[in-house]
Amino acid sequence: MKDTPLANCERDFLLKAIEEKKRLDGRQTYDYRKIKITFGTDYGCCFVDLGQTRVMAQVSCELVAPKESRPNEGIMFFNLELSPMASPAFEQGRQSELSVKLNRQLERCLRNSKCIDTESLCVVSGEKGWQIRVDVHTLNNDGNLMDAASVAAISALCHFRHPDVGIQGEEITVYSPEERDPIPLSIYHMPISVSFAFFQQGTYLLVDPCEREERVMDGLLMIAMNKHREICSIQSSGGIMLLKEQVMRCSKIASVKVSEITELINRALLNDKTARKAGGRCGFAESMPQERITALKMGQRSVEMTDVSETASSIVQTAEAPLQTVPSPLVPVPGVGQVGEGLCNAWGLEEEEEENEDGESSGGDSVAGVTKMEDEQHKDDKSRKVDVVEILDSDEEEEEVVILYPETTKKAKLMRRGQENDSEDGFEEEVSENEDDMEHIQTKKKQIEKSSDDDNDHAKISVTLMSKNGNSSWFLSPPENQGRPLAENGFRMTPPIKYATSWTDDN
Amino acid sequence: MAGLELLTDQGYRLDGRKATELRKVQARMGVFAQADGSAYLEQGNTKALAVVYGPHEMRGSRSRALHDRAVINCQYSMATFSTAERKRRPHGDRKSTEMSLHLKQTFEAAVMTQLFPRSQIDIYVKILQSDGGNYSVCVNAATLAVIDAGIPMRDYVCACTVGFVDETPLADLCYAEESGGVSSLALALLPRGGQIALVQMDARLHQDHLETLIEAAMTACKGVSKVLDEVVRQHLQEASVLSRE
Repeated sequence: MKDTPLANCERDFLLKAIEEKKRLDGRQTYDYRKIKITFGTDYGCCFVDLGQTRVMAQVSCELVAPKESRPNEGIMFFNLELSPMASPAFEQGRQSELSVKLNRQLERCLRNSKCIDTESLCVVSGEKGWQIRVDVHTLNNDGNLMDAASVAAISALCHFRHPDVGIQGEEITVYSPEERDPIPLSIYHMPISVSFAFFQQGTYLLVDPCEREERVMDGLLMIAMNKHREICSIQSSGGIMLLKEQVMRCSKIASVKVSEITELINRALLNDKTARKAGGRCGFAESMPQERITALKMGQRSVEMTDVSETASSIVQTAEAPLQTVPSPLVPVPGVGQVGEGLCNAWGLEEEEEENEDGESSGGDSVAGVTKMEDEQHKDDKSRKVDVVEILDSDEEEEEVVILYPETTKKAKLMRRGQENDSEDGFEEEVSENEDDMEHIQTKKKQIEKSSDDDNDHAKISVTLMSKNGNSSWFLSPPENQGRPLAENGFRMTPPIKYATSWTDDN
Repeated sequence: MAGLELLTDQGYRLDGRKATELRKVQARMGVFAQADGSAYLEQGNTKALAVVYGPHEMRGSRSRALHDRAVINCQYSMATFSTAERKRRPHGDRKSTEMSLHLKQTFEAAVMTQLFPRSQIDIYVKILQSDGGNYSVCVNAATLAVIDAGIPMRDYVCACTVGFVDETPLADLCYAEESGGVSSLALALLPRGGQIALVQMDARLHQDHLETLIEAAMTACKGVSKVLDEVVRQHLQEASVLSRE
């Protein structure tokens, strides 16, 4: 599943906050989230919580033949799985770039630094040796999987014990845990990785980025160190350009953090040891806190309210005035009216419209839609002939509007009327106009009927314009609008019906 | 490799170089006629071939096209005969993928991708003979290939691998030195601004030595950039002489 893209406003907010040295969860720039390490019932199983990021590491062993190039060493194998339960963006089975990157970093951090004595894993030189396999599974991704994985892996390795092996001549006996105590691995040092996220082309730096911060970061620098201040691995990723001073500063910060985290791991190991010795219950299930809601009450929290009203009023004052929606710049003249959804109504027939609107709006829309389809094609080429005036309304970007001049308008209107009446029977409109208009209209109507056959050579625009929500705004163009620039397709058509007209079905 | 002395008392390394000496660099640009840009680079015994196609239309998934810059697609591979023992290297293995990602990251920082939105630039690098410093040689070869292709870059991208032995940084490691358990740092640098495009280090190194190591790496990279610049100017001169005739 593809990751939902990050909204620009969220990105800007995060970057702005980082510029002001604020983080989403209130941490300081160099602060780590709370790390919690718990061990499972088996030796070698470890869960690490880094804030909300959760990973699990499991170490297992097997007796295999060692590699030919290194006959007296055991084999270490690392594997990091990005489980789909960690994030919807992770897909099962697909080896994504992130998976390769994390795997390689984990390998380099633990293998190349030689933290484990592999020679002690050899049982019979050239024949049998222990293969130690570390599997890290991500359970929840809230950023900084690398650090959590490295802590989990090294803790699990420290916790792990492999079965004791006895060699008598040619025979190798593997003792079960009941017969002989299993042996821990010999670990020289504990490499821990610390991740630094860079923002704004390296200007700002954060330690332990959370998932949101990771999304907006430019690049990442991972430094793995142990508590003896030895750097085990450095890796920069992402398209950032660093300076030497930045790398040095990061390494200093890393050394401090690593010593803290190593202390934490040692304490956790000690706790687990004592718990096991005492025979107490240990394991993952025990470590989960039992969350029981005992009361539905939220404690009172004091909120800083001293200067809220001042800041609020200052914000209101400095804020821009809300945008005024400009109604159509049509100037109505007698004989021309303007009706439209939400626009200022200049038809002059307010009372009737209100009555008719509800009943006819739905009908009008559907009909208008139908006619639009039919007429649009052969109206486009007419646009050039007609003096079209562009009327742009803030609500109507999607509308093609043909502005017709009073005569043609009425003609077209009549025509449309005629068409509509044909297509939809029983459609009644009521119009109450002034008497003169009525007459004018009636005469025009007759004219139009005659010429209705010559559709194509008259600018009979009967395009109905529908805005996307089905409301149509209609304008009749006043003569003043002549000479204004042409709209794209040039048409603005007057729609119909819902408004008061005196057309009735008596063509 | 405990027996091998990586740095003698007189300051000589296994192949007779001094500590800060780079291996001999030989390069050719415009090796292939088919590709938009190509280069062949030898650094000592490590030989790499780089080929650049682009900028061209997005191939494959159009959805991966970026609306404001070009996508850089890198592929790193080693020839099967490149190492001492012939090994079949499948393309999808982790090390190659990681190298490809690093190359991509390096060139994304250097190439001016804002000039080519919605397009793709392919960089293919192949190691023909591997004798240490694979990543660095790849980066240097790819830089020359990108320049040969005429794609604008912010600066030369020069890379070098340095190691730390006996408190001394050794520039441009060969295979014997690399596998001797020496802490090695690979650095890709844009020399003019001193900006680090990629830094990668394995094996243990004490923190106090980090600064000296990075300094040594930067000096070595600047040396490499001089050589690359020389190569580019030479190539241009030859090309202009030919075109005049």
